[in-house]
Amino acid sequence: MSLGHIAAAIGAGAGLVVLALLPRYADAYYLSLAISLLQFTVLATAWGLFSGPTRYVSLATTAFFGVGAYTVAVLGEVLAWPLVLLIATAIGALMAVIVGISTLRLSGLHFVIFTFGLAELVRQLVIWYEVNKTRVLGRYVFVDITQNDIYWQLLALTVAVFAIGWLIARSRLGFALRIIGEDETVARHCGINVTLAKVMLFAISAVFITLVGAIMAPRWTYIEPSIAFNPTISFQVVIMALLGGAHRLWGPAVGAIPLTLLFEFLSARFPATSTLIIGVVFLLIVYALPAGVVGVWERFSRQRAKAPVAAQVQA
Amino acid sequence: MTSPAIAPLLEVSGLTRAFGGLIAVNTVDLSVHSGQIVGLLGPNGSGKTTALNLISGVLRPDSGSIRFAGQAIGGMPAHRIARLGLARTFQLVRVLDGMSCAENVRAGLAFHRPPLSRGEIDQSVERLLRRVGLADRAGVPASGLTYIDCKRLELARALALKPLLLLLDEWLAGLNPSELLIGIELIRSLKDEGLSILLVEHVMDAIRSLCDRCVVMNSGRRIAEGRPDQVLADPAVIEAYLGVSSDA
Repeated sequence: MSLGHIAAAIGAGAGLVVLALLPRYADAYYLSLAISLLQFTVLATAWGLFSGPTRYVSLATTAFFGVGAYTVAVLGEVLAWPLVLLIATAIGALMAVIVGISTLRLSGLHFVIFTFGLAELVRQLVIWYEVNKTRVLGRYVFVDITQNDIYWQLLALTVAVFAIGWLIARSRLGFALRIIGEDETVARHCGINVTLAKVMLFAISAVFITLVGAIMAPRWTYIEPSIAFNPTISFQVVIMALLGGAHRLWGPAVGAIPLTLLFEFLSARFPATSTLIIGVVFLLIVYALPAGVVGVWERFSRQRAKAPVAAQVQA
Repeated sequence: MTSPAIAPLLEVSGLTRAFGGLIAVNTVDLSVHSGQIVGLLGPNGSGKTTALNLISGVLRPDSGSIRFAGQAIGGMPAHRIARLGLARTFQLVRVLDGMSCAENVRAGLAFHRPPLSRGEIDQSVERLLRRVGLADRAGVPASGLTYIDCKRLELARALALKPLLLLLDEWLAGLNPSELLIGIELIRSLKDEGLSILLVEHVMDAIRSLCDRCVVMNSGRRIAEGRPDQVLADPAVIEAYLGVSSDA
């Protein structure tokens, strides 16, 4: 391990301690803002885990998020909290595997439309069940989880999503995914089971998104399908990941932080027109930064790397 | 179990695949024996590449059987066929542009069953790059290679699978005369190492000097089979390439 690595590890550790202590100092407003930031950081990073290397644009974020939230709404009062999270993980993974096996053979465009439809399908199923079986559309979430607990759990999940992403990038699965991203036909002829690799990654990504939904559920004391399965979340996550750049692990987080703050500001300041402004922001990002902030950063660091070499050659 | 020495490494019989009304490959028989180079010839659009795609698992056959090293592989997914020891290159050369040359070769080594050790992989990357003449390019991005170097790299990646059979789809096309000589020598040296090769090719010099046998296709059907000089003199083959002469 080089000196730089040690310094980075110490820096990350210190940053983590500061973040973990934040609830002691922040008031309710800033704590709630910090929760939003962590929520979107995990969602965008988890989205990028799958969509970065495979280049499939998934709009299923809200489907998994909502399933996580509903797992808590249904089981939160009857089971111990860790068990609820475990069940949410299992449901998210199972749903991702089923969806993955049936759709990941589709081309990119069909996949986008399918995932968007999936979120709507799950929402309609929940509405149907609630209206016809329980006869009440909404549910109350009464669990003994404070805002601080939510914050700490999201912080742990943030660490976990980065750790898993880092490990995947160094694994055979990560290498397989890079090859698949370059050329799927070549990947198959190198002996890579392309479908299996994609489904595994989709499931890993979906588990994190489901867990965010589960952890966030106690924040609302009352949920109904339109809250838990809000399609705006899917789009926001895509915008964030694209702004940051989905082909690097830390890219989506770079987009998530400023855009969470922007969306927060817009919904407070222009509640009626915020969706319209978000749409314009989306267009501007796609036109101005097709490879995201990461792409710009890579271009600059390449130029900087080239300049000294040229100077040495001259000398 | 050891198969009898006379059983071909690759045996294709009655292979058929249609796209809508067009029968691209029509009841084709073809075999490659161990240690042989077999040429698959025919005018453009005669179904050669489709035949390779059926053998390597890109496409599923409509009917017919493909046996490779004692196993029926017709319709098997491409990654399983690759793991059995069947490697290929592509007509339009496909290197992984975003990766270095070493990583391109590593792509062919990293997914063996059972997996190779890290040390074995590192050694093989170096050996294979040297084998195709790219030893000094290990760290260079594949996007910066010349056309012939891309072809070399693609070949190294195919060889990384430790194949029993190599399918080359017009691997010599587009090379200039001096590159062509290098390319022919490279393929010959692979044969000398015991590799079996099925090659789709239009370069007649290469076919004459490399192939033990040739199979000629036209409009999806096999129209001739035999030694290169025999099939190239066959009236049906000449007709397929040049058309019927007007005074006939």
